[in-house]
Amino acid sequence: MLEVSGLVKRFGGFTAVNNVSFKVDQGEILGLIGPNGSGKSTIFNMLSGTLAPTSGSILFGGSEIAGLPPHRIINSGIGRTFQIPRPFRRLTIFENVALAGFYGQGRHSRARAEEAAERSLAMVGLPTDRHASVDGLGAAGLKKLELAKALATAPKLLLADESLGGLDEAEMGQAADMLRNIRDELGITIIWVEHIMGVLMRVVDRVMVLDHGEKISEGLPSAVAGDPRVIEVYLGTDAETTQAAAAAARRRAGVQ
Amino acid sequence: MMGRGRLAAWAVGLAALVALPFVYRDPYHLHILVLILIWSFAYTSWSMMGRFGLVSLGHGGFMGIGAYVTALLWNHLGWSPWIGIPIGMVAAGALALIVGYPCFRFRITGHYFVLVTLALSGIVLQVITATRDYTGGSLGYTPNRAAGTKLWALQFDDKITWYLIALGVWLFGIVVWHWVDRSMARYALEAISEDEDAAAAAGVDVTAEKLKITLLSALMTALAGAIYCQYQMFITPDTVSGIAVSLQMVFAAIVGGLFVSLGPTFGAVITIMLAETLRIGFGTKAVGWDNLVYGVLLVLFIIFLPKGILGSLLDRLKPQRKVPRAHEQEAVQIARPGT
Repeated sequence: MLEVSGLVKRFGGFTAVNNVSFKVDQGEILGLIGPNGSGKSTIFNMLSGTLAPTSGSILFGGSEIAGLPPHRIINSGIGRTFQIPRPFRRLTIFENVALAGFYGQGRHSRARAEEAAERSLAMVGLPTDRHASVDGLGAAGLKKLELAKALATAPKLLLADESLGGLDEAEMGQAADMLRNIRDELGITIIWVEHIMGVLMRVVDRVMVLDHGEKISEGLPSAVAGDPRVIEVYLGTDAETTQAAAAAARRRAGVQ
Repeated sequence: MMGRGRLAAWAVGLAALVALPFVYRDPYHLHILVLILIWSFAYTSWSMMGRFGLVSLGHGGFMGIGAYVTALLWNHLGWSPWIGIPIGMVAAGALALIVGYPCFRFRITGHYFVLVTLALSGIVLQVITATRDYTGGSLGYTPNRAAGTKLWALQFDDKITWYLIALGVWLFGIVVWHWVDRSMARYALEAISEDEDAAAAAGVDVTAEKLKITLLSALMTALAGAIYCQYQMFITPDTVSGIAVSLQMVFAAIVGGLFVSLGPTFGAVITIMLAETLRIGFGTKAVGWDNLVYGVLLVLFIIFLPKGILGSLLDRLKPQRKVPRAHEQEAVQIARPGT
C-alpha cells in the first residue's frame, strides 16, 4: 500500500533522513522506533506533506505523493496525528473533528462531516456533545481528540506520532488497544511512531528502527528487540535499562 | 444558533430602520446615519478577515480603488457606475490576490503580513496622488453631474434614497458576515489562525482558504469605497485610501467588537460621532486629531477590552453563553499577530 524508496531529507548540511526505504502492507501495524533525533518525525512529516523530501519516492496506492501539499495527501487517504496534540482551541471538540471530516474528505457535505465526527468521537471514546470545549480535556483527552481528527478524514493509512507520551500506564494500555481496534474494526493500516518500546511491541506486526536518519533494523518485534545493534543504539547510554526493556518486550511479544 | 426571538428582534429593528427616514427628516442627522451605514459596511468587510487574525492595513487601498475606478470610468469614458463599480471591485479583488497569494503561499503571517499590506495602502495612495492629471491628486476628485437619468448615473439628490441604499448595503454586509460565520469556512479559518500545519493536517487547503476570505473582504471594501464616492460626490486620496483609512477600519472593528456581527457597526457609530464632534467643536484646528485619538484608544482597547465594547457587553448580558477561553487571548493575537 505504501512504498517508500531512497527517502532523503537534508536541512542545510544536516542529513535528517538518509536513504530510507520501506514498505507497508495493507492492514498491518508498523512500529517506527528510534532515539530522539533519529528522523522518525521527519519521515512522518514527509509522508504527510508537511515537509517536502530532498529526494526519493513515496508511492501510496500506486501513485507518487512525495512533495504534494498536505491537504492533497490527506485527501488521498493518509491521516496523521501530531506528537504534541494540536487542538483548535477556538472551536469546540465536535467542531474540531467536524472540520477534519469536512476538509479531510474532499468537502462533500456538512451532514457527512458531522456524521464522520460523531463516529470518530465515539470510536476514541470522547463525548459527541456539540458544545463541549477543548479546554476541559486533559492529556489523555487531547490525544484522543488528535486521533479522532485523524480518523474523521477517513484515512486508509494512519500515521500515529508518539501517541502515548505523557500518559500513565493504564491510559497507555488503553491507547495501544485503541490503535489495534482501529486496525481490526476499520481496516485502517497504521504506522506508529513511539518512544515507549514495551507497549508498542505488544501491538505492532512489524518494527522498523531508525538511528541518525538511517534504518538499522526491521522485522518482527521479537527479532528486533533482540538485535544487538538496536540494543546498542536505542537509549544507548544506559545499557542495563535498555536490555531490561528489550527483555520485557520480548517476553510480552512471546506471550502474545 | 439564531432563535425565533432573535430573528423577530432583527425583523423589528430592520422595519424601524427602514421606516426611520419617512418619519424623521432632519437632513444633517440623516447624513450622519448614511455615513455610519456606509462605514459600517466597510468595517464589517475588514472584520471578515480581521477576526481570523489576518490583520490587514491594506484595506484603505481596496476602498480607494473602488471609489476612484468608479469615478474615473464615469468621467473619462462615460461608463455608468453600474458597470464601473463591478470593474472597481474586480480591480481591488485582483490586487488582493496578487498581494495575498505570495503572502499566503510563503507563509508571510503576523507582523510581516501587516507590513506588506501597509505598503499596499501606501502605494495606492501614492499612485492616486501621482496621477493627478487624471485623479486630481491630493485636491480630490468629483464625479461629473449626470445629465441624463439619475438612476443610470447612480446619483441621487435626496437623502432618503441614499439612506435606503446605504441601509441595503449595510444589511448585505451583515448577512454575508453571518453566512461566513455559519459556514465550514469559519472552522477552517479559525483553525488556520491558530495553527496552519494542524489545519493542513485536517485537510484544509490553507492558502486557498485565506485567499478566498481575503478576496471576499477586498471586494466588499471596494464596493464600500464606490458607494461612498457616489454619495459624497467628492473624494480625496486621504478620505478613501491610505494608511489613515486603514487604521480607522482596524480601530472601529476592534473597538466595536471583532467577534460579533454588529461590532463593526458599533465601531462606526463611535468613529463617525468622534469625527463630527471634533469637526464641529474644534473646526479646522482639529484636523487629524481623530487619528490621534484612534491610536490611543486602540492601544487601550487591545489591552483592556480586547473583545470590544459590543462583544464585552454581550458577554456580560449572557453569562451562561459558552465563550471559548482562547478569545480572551485575542488581545495578544492582534497586538502580536502570529504569536
